[in-house]
Amino acid sequence: MNQPVPDLLLGEFRPQMLKFARLQLQDGAAAEDVVHDAISAALEGVSRFSGRAALKTWIFAILRHKIVDALRERGRTVQISSLEKDEADMDEAFDALFAANAHWHPASRPRDWGDPEETLAQRQFWQVFETCLELLPANTARVFMMREFLGFETPEICRNLDISTSNCHVILHRARAGLRQCLERGWFNPEVRSAC
Amino acid sequence: MLTCKEATHLISDALDRPLSWRERLKLRAHLALCSGCRAFRRQLDFLRSASQRFRNGAKEDD
Repeated sequence: MNQPVPDLLLGEFRPQMLKFARLQLQDGAAAEDVVHDAISAALEGVSRFSGRAALKTWIFAILRHKIVDALRERGRTVQISSLEKDEADMDEAFDALFAANAHWHPASRPRDWGDPEETLAQRQFWQVFETCLELLPANTARVFMMREFLGFETPEICRNLDISTSNCHVILHRARAGLRQCLERGWFNPEVRSAC
Repeated sequence: MLTCKEATHLISDALDRPLSWRERLKLRAHLALCSGCRAFRRQLDFLRSASQRFRNGAKEDD
């Protein structure tokens, strides 16, 4: 913890983080603690970001993760949707894409998303992308971001978060499948009403 | 023969670890016959490049 904390973190995000943590924890001292922990945990990756929005989603994913832990320690079951959408819900939404034989339902078979460059050039798309990231469960989001934003190899991520390698792969698959479904609904095929 | 659901796991895993020779073979055989899984693979590739862009500040309008 002897790296300099970027001004952005302290000046701009910290107040928002505190506000969010107080709201969730209903306890000022506990909120200070989780924000401090989240900032410490986020520091190692900070230098890899040049995007402010991405840095913010990363830091808030860590914060959500810390808050969930704090609530669990208090023995509370976490049922705050923004904080912890259940992984089980995500798996259910994914399973619903398949028929009984584990092949795609005709209606939910993935279709082409068109020209990636064209999509990535649209500002509106990034709004949807950011929202979809924020909808991932905290733990899932954190693993995904360590892999895709920070470029950690999977074994490093597992060691870091103390989870098994196979579990790491399951979490990454869940994150990608969830993001994919969210973008599908929010951007690529909004007219297709899926069951969730 | 792989199911589509199994194929999605291999497609995702391939982004994180080297697949075994047997896995590659099974996946290739499946993809040759399955347009849905081919699209799924392109979409996961897209997610990876979108994440890179996002990290590097693609959306810096605020």
